[in-house]
Order: sequence, then structure tokens, then C-alpha cells
Amino acid sequence: MSEDMGVRTLVLRVEGTNCDIETVEAFEEAGSQVELRHLNELLRGDVGLEDFHIFCIPGGFSYGDDLGAGKLLANQLKYRLRKRLELFISEGRVVVGICNGFQALVKAGLLPAFDGPFSRQEVTLALNESGLFVDRWVYVRHEEACRCLPTRKLGSRVLHIPVNHAEGRFVAPDATLNRLEEEGYVVFRYVDPHGRPSGYPWNPNGSMNNIAGICNREGNVIGLMPHPEKYTNAYLHPSWTRFKTLASETDGLAFFKAIVDYVVENLL
Amino acid sequence: MVRVAVIPVRYASDRELLEISRRYMLSLSLEEMKAVQRYFRKIGRDPTDVEINTIAQTWSEHCYHKTFKGIIETQRGVVDGLLKTYIFKATEELNKPWCLVVFKDNAGIVAFDEEWAVAVKVETHNHPTALDPYGGAGTGTGGVFRDVMGVGAKPILSTDVLFFGPLDYPYEKLPPGIMHPRRLMRGAVAGIRDYGNKMGIPTACGAIGFDEGYVCNPLVYAGCVGIMPVRKYTRNPKPGDLIVLAGGRTGRDGLRGVTFASAELTPESEKVSAVSVQIGNPIEEKKLLEAILRARDKRDKPLYSAITDCGGGGLSSAVGEMARGLGADVELTRVPLKYTGLEPWEIWLSESQERMVMAVPKENLEELLEIFRNENCEATVIGEFTSTNRLVVRYGGKIVCDLDLKFLFDGVPRVRRKAYWTPPCEEDPEFPQPGDLMDVLKRILSSPNVASKEWVLRQYDHEVQARMFVKPLVGVHQDGPSDACVLKPLKDSWRGVVVSCGVNPKYHIHPYKMALSAIDEAIRNNVAVGGRRIALLDNFSWGNPEREETLGALVEAVRGCYDGAVGFDTPFISGKDSLYNEYRLPDGGYISIPGTLLITAVGIIPDVRKAVTMDFKEPGNPVYVLGLTRNEFGGSHYYMVLGLKGGAVPGVDVKTAKAIMDRLVEAIDLGYVRSCHDCSEGGLAVSLAESSFAGGLGVEVWLSKVPVEGLNRDDKIMFSESNSRFIVEVSRDRLYEFESLMKGLPYSRIGVVTPGNKLTIHGLKDRVYEENIWELKRAWKSTFDW
Repeated sequence: MSEDMGVRTLVLRVEGTNCDIETVEAFEEAGSQVELRHLNELLRGDVGLEDFHIFCIPGGFSYGDDLGAGKLLANQLKYRLRKRLELFISEGRVVVGICNGFQALVKAGLLPAFDGPFSRQEVTLALNESGLFVDRWVYVRHEEACRCLPTRKLGSRVLHIPVNHAEGRFVAPDATLNRLEEEGYVVFRYVDPHGRPSGYPWNPNGSMNNIAGICNREGNVIGLMPHPEKYTNAYLHPSWTRFKTLASETDGLAFFKAIVDYVVENLL
Repeated sequence: MVRVAVIPVRYASDRELLEISRRYMLSLSLEEMKAVQRYFRKIGRDPTDVEINTIAQTWSEHCYHKTFKGIIETQRGVVDGLLKTYIFKATEELNKPWCLVVFKDNAGIVAFDEEWAVAVKVETHNHPTALDPYGGAGTGTGGVFRDVMGVGAKPILSTDVLFFGPLDYPYEKLPPGIMHPRRLMRGAVAGIRDYGNKMGIPTACGAIGFDEGYVCNPLVYAGCVGIMPVRKYTRNPKPGDLIVLAGGRTGRDGLRGVTFASAELTPESEKVSAVSVQIGNPIEEKKLLEAILRARDKRDKPLYSAITDCGGGGLSSAVGEMARGLGADVELTRVPLKYTGLEPWEIWLSESQERMVMAVPKENLEELLEIFRNENCEATVIGEFTSTNRLVVRYGGKIVCDLDLKFLFDGVPRVRRKAYWTPPCEEDPEFPQPGDLMDVLKRILSSPNVASKEWVLRQYDHEVQARMFVKPLVGVHQDGPSDACVLKPLKDSWRGVVVSCGVNPKYHIHPYKMALSAIDEAIRNNVAVGGRRIALLDNFSWGNPEREETLGALVEAVRGCYDGAVGFDTPFISGKDSLYNEYRLPDGGYISIPGTLLITAVGIIPDVRKAVTMDFKEPGNPVYVLGLTRNEFGGSHYYMVLGLKGGAVPGVDVKTAKAIMDRLVEAIDLGYVRSCHDCSEGGLAVSLAESSFAGGLGVEVWLSKVPVEGLNRDDKIMFSESNSRFIVEVSRDRLYEFESLMKGLPYSRIGVVTPGNKLTIHGLKDRVYEENIWELKRAWKSTFDW
């Protein structure tokens, strides 16, 4: 890959992906070139992963989430893209899973992947504590000391972005949870408007330790439940009509910019 | 083996004809059966089951709108077609160049800007929801999405308006075969939620109402707004074009859905008609959508020459409609089935979901099929358009249907019905002003029609697509009730679409005023956020039109539609009617819904950054009321919570209302307006309370300042439901500009936004009514805190 090509992102779509367009636009806004491709095109070899720095699985209801959120998509990753993804990840390129993409990464064993990609599923995203789909704006704090490389620029920034999901409650056995905490796998945490971890509705789904997003050991695979791509324009904030001045860089865009800048600085 | 029955109609007696209609569930009247008989006598044979079912579907109330097209004798004279005389006429008279396709296709299409158009459709799915709330409401939503896809547009908004019986309705009073309103509501909400969320279409702009009249017949209105490039619209099938069926497979679900929808429900419906409810699969439809958009955009022109939804009536209706003026030849064995064993007529009539029919020029076929394959979406050639003007259907080569299309579409005898309407008594009851008006306010705020629907709204994804710039929940805590939603459909343009609705069946006692009120409400909700250049959709849900007084009320409502549309300069672009929303009791009696008219308003805002929301913004800003408050309490929430009857249903002074709204839009464009909220159920007091707690700010107003007509009581000024009124908060420093702009209109500065947390209302005399806004909010939120 030559440097003059700039940052290149592949956004994957399958049956039931539905946040693809806004995810493409968010990466573009952040300075990346983007291709939106159906899994069939990848499998046929119309495009190759090796041409991209970032591989993003956006939100939606892949295959209807018929066997549980992201489960069928996880199997596709595991059984049909395995070799290609192992290589992609081992080369230090960036994988991002948002919402349904996060669910798929977790169920494929790509997150947290203590023992490497596809080793086993260690955590899950269960049905929300309320038992219902929830659309709500939340605050998530970026954990400054985490392993995640592409989001490092966010420091301890609190992002105000929405969640839109039915299965987003982060659940893990105690030992796993401790390891995630101690070794810096936790990237985003639900907090209240003052930046402190807090209960419902600030933690919208009952996630353990308020975990909203995690990364892998090497810090180049990241997944999160909230949707940064839903807040890339200041006028998309639900209360924008009240603001005297609007955000010059929205919290959502900051997320994508951090990732694209990381690629510019480290992978080009 | 071909299993086609021949129905002997040619020599049948009247009694036998009716028996045939009943046995085959055709829902055809004697006169219609006789028209069928005449046709087959003429051609010298009897119809097959495929043919007679095709005719029944095409002529059903649901597909053909017999009542709206029929001849009606009223006290005011003969109405030669309700649609022609009132609804279409308003649109024709207004003759707007921005109305691109109206009343002609699956959805109404209006211009958005030079290059783009907005497509809108609202449908009802009442009967299926009564039997299976989850499946019925979900497929209602899926069906209306397909209507919008069926003109080549991409859905960008799902709307829904629901009516149920009271949630505390006693179980033991439920008639046989009827589900409890609570179960119906939970099921319907879940059905709409799962379909819209999974398809990735944001759901906003709705309403939920409750009334005893809906216990047996719940109502589900599902709407969809789409966006498309103007030049991608095509409806031009040619002889020789292939008939391509795409999407889900065909099964026995949804058989005779339209004839089922064109009759009353009975205690037997649950058993007899359960197969009429379709089974939905939103992911199947999502695949279809992705494929259609790519077939539309692959080249300069779409790869198809025409496209339509396969909905009510199944293939018989989709292919039949498209073949009008041409002819078609279809081979049923090519239709992909869910399972074997379907009879030819079942394949032809099945309303299995997620199917669309396209006319595809032969040279485009391979390219189109390749697109569908890539989306893992099945697409199959099932026949060809011809120039014979006949609808020919084969099964394994053998002809099972051969009908003259002219007879099929023009052969239905026009119905002739009588209508009678008696004006209601609108006299006000005598009663003293209640002592504690803040308690009354809380009771209105917590009444189910007014109370916060946050429990429902948060289950609907309104963020997906990231195009909603005014959301259903607004304000400091993001839970205030927005008057309308604003979408910015294009990435590179700030221009927005504003969608709102108006409906109030409590006014059904005076249907003419109810229609005007619904139009006024839909438009004022639209204007309240900054919408203008508004197009309307009308959706009637009514009882049995064969009863004179029921039809009389319908005629009155339709008359109101014409006067409202012309007066407000807002054409109708699409509409639908659902009649026979009744339940037939075992003893022969019936329970009918209150006549319900939903008006959906679709406006434009040139720059979404100028949109206004309903939450108070800043202490010290002056608060105005626009519009006159009158003694109008018929169907009001105030009378309802006091248990009173009577009173005048709110009317509309259209000329003044339009002047107020035009001026308000101007004030919004000029940046004077900080918040704006319409006044509807519960009147001024409810609007003030909502704007206060949504903004987290207090307000202090003086009733003596409110412009009134014939009112001199505190309670009546607070709770009157007069139309065409707004609560407007104006920037302190634009007060004079605003007032000079409003000069000559009924308006007044009634108070000021305050920093505290009190709603303070000064009465006409010395009395002061005061309540903590968080107490008011608690009352408002308590009802659906599920």
C-alpha cells in the first residue's frame, strides 16, 4: 500500500446491516476513503482486505439477529473470513465493530481475545436489563489508560452519543471481568453527565462495570455498543435548539477522527 | 395435477349467487355477483376459482374503494363520488406544480428540491392487528414501506398512530374472541418496533389514543416517508417486458386479506380469518430494498420500467394493476413457494409479505438478476406483459384464468348508498368551576391520550440513518413531546422534511368540525417547528357505510377535508379509507369505532438549523399566545375528566388560522421564536405545562391577557381546546419586531418564562394557580411508567 493512497476503510454490509450509510459518511468526514461492500463481494474476491487499513462492521440486525444478536455474522467471520481477518489483525490494522458489529466481534471470539483471534467467546452482550430495545443518548467515558491504540487521542474525553439496541448488556464471568479491568481492555464506560459511573438510565442496559466498549490484547480491535456515527453533525444532538454555541467537533466525529489519525500516524 | 374448480354462476339464482359469495368469502354483494354472472353468460362459460377470486379482490372495498367512488344520496343532494367531489377536487383546484404524482401510484410524490422528491403513504392495518397485534401491526408497517419502495423511493421515516380500548377495561366485559387492549397495545408496539428497527427506518411522529369504541376494533395507521431522485420515477411497462417477482417466497399466509378487511369482525374471525394475517420478515424486506435501490441507480435509468408492491390481493392485484392497458401472461408454477401443496388460486392471491413485482425490459434482465443475487434476494421471471388487454394466468401451461382487463377494472357496478346526518346537540352543561384547577391539570396530563409515551418512543429507533434533526423527544432532559419531526434527507443540503399529524376522534360527534380540527392540528404541529408548503394525507377509519347515519357522518368529514385543504392551501396527495371497522355481536347487534380521521402533514423547511422546538429556552423571554380562545369543549379532555357531556366541538376559522400560521413561519425564519408549542388536548394549561417541564423552566402568565371570545372563567380559558393556537416564546430582544409582525392578528403577550420551577397562572380575579413543574411532569409521566 503506498502512502499517497491515504487512509482506506472497508465498511462491511450483510443482510440486515442498517447503519452502513452513516458509518461510511462518518469515516469520510474523518478523512478516510471508504468502500461499502457486501460480504458476497469479499467472498468472491471483488475486493481484498489487504487494500484497507480499517475494517468496520457497522450496526444493524445482521441476518435478523435470529440466533441472538450478531451470532450468525460472527459465524461468517469465523468460518468464511477467518484467515483473512487473522492476517489483517496480526498486521496491526484496525478493526472497529459498532453495536451489532461489536456483538459479532465478541461472539466470534475477536474481543477481548485474550489468547489471540478466534480462540473462544469470553464475554457476551445480553438482553438489556429492561428487556426492551432502547433508544437513548448516553455519556461514555474513554478510559485513558486502556490498551486501545486507535482511540488513544480521546484521552479521558466523555462522549455524548446514543445507544440503540436490545442486546447490549455487557456480561462476563468475574475472573474475565477482573482481567479486563486490570489489564486495560475496557475502552468505554457508561457514566453520568458528571463523568462518574452510575446506574440506570446512565447505564442504559445494566452492563457489568458499566462497560460500553472493549478492545483486544494488541489494542487494534475495538468494539462498542453506542453509536458515534449518529452524532457527526452538531444539529443531530437532541437538545441542539437549546445551545448558544454548537460543538465545533462533535463527540461522534472525534471518535472517527482519532482512528483515522492513528492510521495516518502509524500505518501509512 | 391441476386443481382448479369451476364455479357455476351462469344459471345460479340470486340466493345461490349470494351463497357462492359467502362460501368462497368473496364479500361481493348481489348486484356485484350479478355483474359477474352477466360477464360469464356473455362469454359462454363459468369462472374458475382463480377468476372469481381475482374479481372479488379487485372489486373489494379495500382495493376499489366502492364507497368513496359510489353514488351517495344525502340531505344536501346526490354526491357523485366522495373522492371526486371533495378530495381530488381540492387537489385539482389548488393545482400545485410541486405535486408530482398524486392519487395515481402506491404513494403520493411531491418535489423536495429541483432534483429530489419525497414520497409519502399512510395505510391502515386494523383487522389483522385485532387478531394478531404483533404480526398485524408489524406487517402493516412492512406493507407501507413497500408502498414507498413501490415508487422507487428509499424509506427515511416510519410513522404510526394507534388507537385501543381503555387500558383498564374489565376483562369480564370483553366480547368473545377479543383481546384485551393492553395486550393489543404491547403487541402492536412490539410489531412496529421490530419491523422498523430491523429495517433500519427511524420511527417517529405518531400518537396513541384510547377510547371505549376501539375495544373490539383497534386501529393501526402505519405511514412511511421516502426520498428519491425525481428522474428515477418510472411507471411505464411495455408489452414484452418481463414480469419479475422478487423478495420473499409465497405461502398460504395472508389469504383473502383484502376481502377480510372489507367485512366486519365477528366472534368467529379469530378462527376463520387467522390465515388472513401475514407473517412478516423485516430482513427479507431489507434485502429487497437494497436490491431495488441498486437496480434503480445502476444506470442512468432504472433497470425496471415499472415497479409495484405485492400487497393486498397479492399477485392478482400487483400484476393486474400493472397490466392495465396492456395485458399479461403469467405462469404460476414459476412462483417460488415456501412449501408445496398450494392451489393455483392460493398462489395467485396469497398476500405473503416482502414481495415486489417489476416490469423489466428483456435486455436488462441479466443485470437486474445479478444485483438481486448479490443481495441474496430471490428474483424470478413469472411471465410477460402483452398487448392483448387480457389477464391470462397459467398453471403448468394450462390456462386457469383468462379475464378481460376492462371488465376486471371497469365492470364493477357503482354502489348507490344513502347517507343521513343529524347535527349533535352542542349545548354546554352548567357546572361550577372546580376548586383545585391544578389537580384537574394533573388529571388531564396523566390521562392516557395526553400522557408521555416515552415508554413506547424509546423502543423505536429514531436515530438510525442519522437524519433526524428534530426528534420526537426534545428539551433539557430529552423527554419533552415534540410537535413534529424534522428530517434532513440529503447529506449535502440543509433542506428538511417536516412530518406531523392531527387526529382527535373525541370530536367525532361533529365529523365536519373533526375533519377541520385534524387538518388544523396537523398543519399547526408542522408550522410549530418551522414547516411550510404542506401536503396532506387523509386516512379514514370508519364503521359500516351501508348504515345511513354512519355514512352520513363520513360524508360530513369528507366535506370538512375539502374545506380545510382549500382554505389552508394544502393539497391532498394520497389517502386511504378503511371501512367496516365494526364488531358483529352474536345477537346481531354491533359495536362500531368512532369515525376516525388521521391527517398527516408533510412540509418543507429550507434550513433545518432554523427549526424550533417546544421546550422553553430562557428565563426572561416573553410568552405569547396566538389565536383566539373560545367556549369550545365538545369532546374536550376537560369535560372528560369532569365526567361532563355536551359542548361545542372546536371549529376552525380557516382564514384567520392560515394568517396566524403564515406569520408564525415568518417569525421563525427571522429568528424571533425561541420555542413554540401547539395547543390541543387540555388547551393552554397543558401546553404551558409541557413547555415548562420540557425546558426545565418556570412560567408565569395572566389569563386576563389571553385573547378570548365569550369566556369569563379561569377554568374555561385554561382548558378550552380551540384550534389554531400556539404558545410562543420570543427572544427578549426581538419582542418589538415580533409584535409588529403579528399586528392585526388575534394574539397577546400573556407572561414570561421564569428561572424557577413553578407554573404560575394568574386568574381573571385575584386567584393564583400554582404548581411545581416537576410535580406536573411526574403526573404526565406516571401513566406509562411501565
